[in-house]
Amino acid sequence: MHLDHTHDGASAVSADARRPDGSRRALRIGLGGPVGSGKTATVAALCRALRDELSLAVVTNDIYTREDAEFLLREAVLPPERITAVETGACPHTAIRDDISANLEAVEDLEDEVGPLDLILVESGGDNLTATFSKGLVDAQIFVIDVAGGDDIPRKGGPGVTTADLLVVNKTDLAPYVGSDLARMAADAKAQRAELPVVFQSLRTEAGVTAVAEWVRERLAAWTA
Amino acid sequence: MSRAALLVLADGRFPAGGHAHSGGAEAAVKAGRINGAASLEDFCRGRLNTAGLVSAALAAAAALGVDPALLDSAADARTPSPALRVAARRLGRQLMRAARATWPSGELDALARAFPKGAHQPVVLGLVARAAGLGPEDAAYCSAYESVSGPATATVRLLSLDPFDATGVLARLAPELDVVARAAADAARNVVDAGVDALPSASAPLLEIGAQAHAAWAVRLFAS
Ligand SMILES: Nc1nc2c(ncn2[C@@H]2O[C@H](COP(=O)(O)OP(=O)(O)OP(=O)(O)O)[C@@H](O)[C@H]2O)c(=O)[nH]1
Ligand SMILES: [Mg+2]
Repeated sequence: MHLDHTHDGASAVSADARRPDGSRRALRIGLGGPVGSGKTATVAALCRALRDELSLAVVTNDIYTREDAEFLLREAVLPPERITAVETGACPHTAIRDDISANLEAVEDLEDEVGPLDLILVESGGDNLTATFSKGLVDAQIFVIDVAGGDDIPRKGGPGVTTADLLVVNKTDLAPYVGSDLARMAADAKAQRAELPVVFQSLRTEAGVTAVAEWVRERLAAWTA
Repeated sequence: MSRAALLVLADGRFPAGGHAHSGGAEAAVKAGRINGAASLEDFCRGRLNTAGLVSAALAAAAALGVDPALLDSAADARTPSPALRVAARRLGRQLMRAARATWPSGELDALARAFPKGAHQPVVLGLVARAAGLGPEDAAYCSAYESVSGPATATVRLLSLDPFDATGVLARLAPELDVVARAAADAARNVVDAGVDALPSASAPLLEIGAQAHAAWAVRLFAS
């Protein structure tokens, strides 16, 4: 039971690693990036890759619909009670960075209702290259861009490309059709990010989300160590 | 106590979830009742003198130390729309989280334990004002101002209204805000002797009906 003089941290400040009952909360990973780059597809693939070994849940932040949540439900990547949609008032970056209250409520409710959880994936609504997640909401963030959005995006940089814990360059299968130079994208990303990792993936090929899933496993091992 | 705490609490960027709510403006825009600065002003004036007055009085009473559980039932009784009760509790919970991190207080912890899924936002707001060392008038001002600043900001996004026009609306409403905040604080002081029935119960049927319709839309920008 809680005593009145303690401000039981976990429900007050949600970056705390412990929940009010003292147990470790789930690792929270954010996925951001421009509209249509493949965030939801990556979330779906991660759920399929990890759901047999981990207890998982997903929070989506759509801009004006529930489409991402409905796609995940339709694809049945997780049971419905493990998927929550947050409404963002026309400003997805506000809901993941400046005022994270609704997202924190969603992750805590998921832990209360379907927990214990190992991992919660938080997908941001598609936004611009400056959208990043607050450290109060997620422990690590993945920025997803694609080769079809222009191969100069890594060169342009911006907070997402430059600082995300993992940069995913998605849809490499489309590179020949849109004339994107993957080697140049890799070199530009390296210049922007120094030692931070970059994964090139195509969800339309056999390897699919394997490299990103492996990165998530490493983060989880570090979190629970 | 610091009067400047009121500026922190009333700041539209205080991270308590309000940015995702339009205060009924999204439904009113769709229905054509808000289509520019003049009709936004009418809408805000109506909301200020109905829902705004009621929430300001609830906030002031909580700031005075009236039992928050009683105030929460009084808020329920004054909010016919289930969608608005849900929104008020959600915002109350989000404000609670931000406030406990900002102005830690035993009273806030106790309310969070009694209402884990959230008490009505104005009741939480009053208790937060108390935790920040502010008085009933301050709480009333903050709540009354929110009742018009929320719809004004939302309308800028919904109609691409000129932001200077929207801010002009708020400035023109300032004298009426003074009147409402004072009336709310007076009513709250009466509650101390006469009980929660002394709280105002002004209501705006179109806000309630609009909120019910809005909650059922498949595509919307704001949560309420
Ligand atoms: N060719 C190809 N298409 C892909 C790949 N990954 C995703 N897509 C397709 O790209 C489209 C957009 O993918 P989503 O996952 O919905 O993108 P998103 O980033 O979640 O989009 P928003 O949430 O709207 O910002 C869908 O039609 C996907 O099937 C890929 O690796 N290759
Ligand atoms: Mg998506």
